[in-house]
Amino acid sequence: MKKIHSKQIEKTVEKLFIDANLIMRPDIKQAIKSALSREKNQKAKLVLEILLKNAKIAKSKKIALCQDTGFPVVFCSIGNRIKIEGDIKKAIQRGIKKAYAGSKFRKSIVQDPILRGKADYLPGLIHFDFNNTNQIKIKVLAKGFGSENKTFLKMFKPTSTKKEIISFVTDIIRNIGQDACPPFIIGIGIGGTAEEAVFLSKKALIEKIGVKNRKKHLAFLSDAILKEINKIGIGPMGFGGKTTALGVNILDAPTHIAGLPVVLSVGCHSVRSRGAIL
Amino acid sequence: MNINRLFLPLSNPEILKLKAGEIYYLNGIVYTARDQAHQKLFYYIKSKNRLPFKIKTNCIYYCGPTPKRQNQVIGSCGPTTSSRMDSYTPILLEKGFKIFIGKGKRSEEVLSSIVKNKGVYFTTIGGAGAFLSTKVKKCKVIFYKELASEAIHELELKDFPAVVSIDSKGRSIFN
Repeated sequence: MKKIHSKQIEKTVEKLFIDANLIMRPDIKQAIKSALSREKNQKAKLVLEILLKNAKIAKSKKIALCQDTGFPVVFCSIGNRIKIEGDIKKAIQRGIKKAYAGSKFRKSIVQDPILRGKADYLPGLIHFDFNNTNQIKIKVLAKGFGSENKTFLKMFKPTSTKKEIISFVTDIIRNIGQDACPPFIIGIGIGGTAEEAVFLSKKALIEKIGVKNRKKHLAFLSDAILKEINKIGIGPMGFGGKTTALGVNILDAPTHIAGLPVVLSVGCHSVRSRGAIL
Repeated sequence: MNINRLFLPLSNPEILKLKAGEIYYLNGIVYTARDQAHQKLFYYIKSKNRLPFKIKTNCIYYCGPTPKRQNQVIGSCGPTTSSRMDSYTPILLEKGFKIFIGKGKRSEEVLSSIVKNKGVYFTTIGGAGAFLSTKVKKCKVIFYKELASEAIHELELKDFPAVVSIDSKGRSIFN
């Protein structure tokens, strides 16, 4: 049986969070570049150019892309044919702390949601899962809260139409405008239970943008949503233009005959995520 | 794109000239403040009817920067969502702050208070904290040090891009 030491997991998590906060996701960079070539609006162009400059400065000077270095979330899928040596939970938390403290990221987590108090780096949120390989698959998301505050759940009727889902998303986007830092990456979770739909919408944010969904009806739905959002005219940072969203990713799951949960998670133009396989 | 400069603090006639939608480079002193600093200022003013310190600018920037690395002035320092500060803004307008920089829409109350007190609201580029850090020439913590990133920092800006988003006549880019 393959052995992996928790120290290796710690190091991987540390590197992933550093890269996520300092280096713009390549798929997002590509999408911003192609949006720049399409935009006619002067302010929209200026903002997109600044976002590319921001990415360059962040990488070269090692200054976080955004001062909100996020709530650290880790998705960890463990292969059944692996033996882990050491405490994996502690290793992940240590990896987060090393990344944040070592790179001077912001302490953004308060221990008590009501009493608040002094902010710190930890704890990060860890989602464990299993797979049938001899690998550990780790994905990290440093989730900014300007966009997190714009998460919405709606329990639709089983007979609701695609059109109703499209309006649900576009109405929210029209309303949140500049708050969540457009152009957005849109993550949508459909099906399961309420909490599964939220979880899927988050996982959708870390999927590469611009890749067609393998399910034809979902590919159609995400194209339709993207088209409708980009008609709104919010534009980069809300100053007008065609580019309000860069991509729409949808993940789905089996659901109950009585319901159709839909969750919208909004990602800002620099969703900070990375992945690695051990 | 030709962008004009503004030098903070702005005088009343300068503020009155600004129109929603215009983009400027801001220069001069601003104070950072976000959720916790606003709440503290609010309760202080409520009990003492004055600000807890003497101000040398009339501009607040909604920002909680990351700590700086060696040889840097400041860490990443983009705007945070302004609407969370809405309920505290009118009282600050009454007490001498006329200019606010952040991101996103404001409440009706803030808009009418901006008109009444002849203020202005700018928005800048969220998620461009590394870029904006190059537009800050000086940074020091001046108040509520215990709040760490949420402390009030005095920043000196140089050519910091911002768009007039609500002007003194109540015109807004959000309609």
